[in-house]
Amino acid sequence: MTFAQRINGGLRRIPTWPVYVFGLGVPLWYLYLAITGQMGVEPINALERALGLAAMQMLVAVLAVTPLRKLTGVSLVKYRRAMALVFFFWVVCHLLAWAILDLQRIDRIWADIVKRPYITIGMVGFVLAIPLAVTSNNLSIRKMGPMRWRKLHKLTYPIAVLGAVHFVMVQKVWELEPLLYLVGIISLITLRVPGLRIPWPVKPAAKTT
Amino acid sequence: GAGLAPVVAEAKGGLEPNSYEEITSYNNFYEFGTGKDDPKRNAGSLTTNPWSVTIDGMVERPGAYAFADIMKKMTIEERIYRLRCVEAWSMVVPWNGFELADLLNMAGVQSGAKYVAFETLYRPEEMQGQRTRSLQWPYVEGLRLDEAMHPLTIMATGIYGKPIPNQNGAPLRLVVPWKYGFKSIKSVVKITLTDTQPPTSWNRSQPGEYGFYANVNPEVSHPRWSQASERRIGGGLLSARIDTLMFNGYEAEVGGLYKGMDLRANY
Repeated sequence: MTFAQRINGGLRRIPTWPVYVFGLGVPLWYLYLAITGQMGVEPINALERALGLAAMQMLVAVLAVTPLRKLTGVSLVKYRRAMALVFFFWVVCHLLAWAILDLQRIDRIWADIVKRPYITIGMVGFVLAIPLAVTSNNLSIRKMGPMRWRKLHKLTYPIAVLGAVHFVMVQKVWELEPLLYLVGIISLITLRVPGLRIPWPVKPAAKTT
Repeated sequence: GAGLAPVVAEAKGGLEPNSYEEITSYNNFYEFGTGKDDPKRNAGSLTTNPWSVTIDGMVERPGAYAFADIMKKMTIEERIYRLRCVEAWSMVVPWNGFELADLLNMAGVQSGAKYVAFETLYRPEEMQGQRTRSLQWPYVEGLRLDEAMHPLTIMATGIYGKPIPNQNGAPLRLVVPWKYGFKSIKSVVKITLTDTQPPTSWNRSQPGEYGFYANVNPEVSHPRWSQASERRIGGGLLSARIDTLMFNGYEAEVGGLYKGMDLRANY
């Protein structure tokens, strides 16, 4: 038995629900830190940024699932839907913190969406993610058919790029961290381009469930 | 000056200063990192003694003025000012300091001088942010001479009666309360009187976003966000936004400096 097979064997015994618990726990934990003054003297901005960054990291993890499987044989495919839904939930929390705690008024929110390019870009990414979240269930896959469902879920790639560009543009200067996320996301997407597809060292794992 | 007394009195009556902790733990000082908590964490390495300020250019008595000698000659007073960051947050700070005009008069301003250029210390071995290229170093700023000579413009040397902490620009920094915070250059080592408009760091970095004047103006947006409202630090998670005031609330005192100027073009 290879190392990857041993890991996959272990993963088979771990259910997916802890991912959802984690997904719920992180924003609650951040909220607790913000309320108790452990996010500094400007907790609103800190909370917005912490949630945005968490969502960004989860998105990278979601995009890494397939390359990880093809490179190492370790398969996290079983957790991918839960991870993607957690990503969406964190984006919603990020958005709510921005709209309710930060801007506080509908006219300000609307003005920012239409006038500020980085907000517009982030918002487009969020809107594109809605149909993916709504169809993240087995019933939708059956109703749509796997081909159409897959096609729709390729929207993940533009969503990821929009999210990373939004992150880069929020900064006042060219900061290294968001640029690394952008480069990482573009790389993870590039690995999937058919023409560029590298000869993967291991075959995909046979079965994931 | 005497004409300022009512302003200070009004400020003291109407403004609740932020806590020492808030003022000294939430800073923009890119010489120590771009995060708000970086300056407090990283500025301990800065040596501020000995310190001198070189005053040169179009002055009668150019030279390097020792910080201790400057302090002996200047009258330190408390000024409670609003501080409005270009990022749309604000604080109220009880500064201790002296009027910049007094310092400039000490050096003797020549009649042809029109602008004042300022420079922050460049010492990358103690200022870790200067080892990155987030901005072009050293940080530079500038004011028109009439702005620099205005009685509201001070060089701050303290907060709450204590020497100004490193993260807030020790041992002395500019404070121009009607302009966005980045104009109020920290840890000043050089002041040059000149007849041409000097370069300024943020303008050099992104000219489309930051102008030379950088007066607080709720009607002129930053290209990436609105400047119509701000959040006062210290209100916690449910802190309400407040409307930003023209010239940060100092319009009566400084509005005249910009009479007839297009504030949209001269942002």
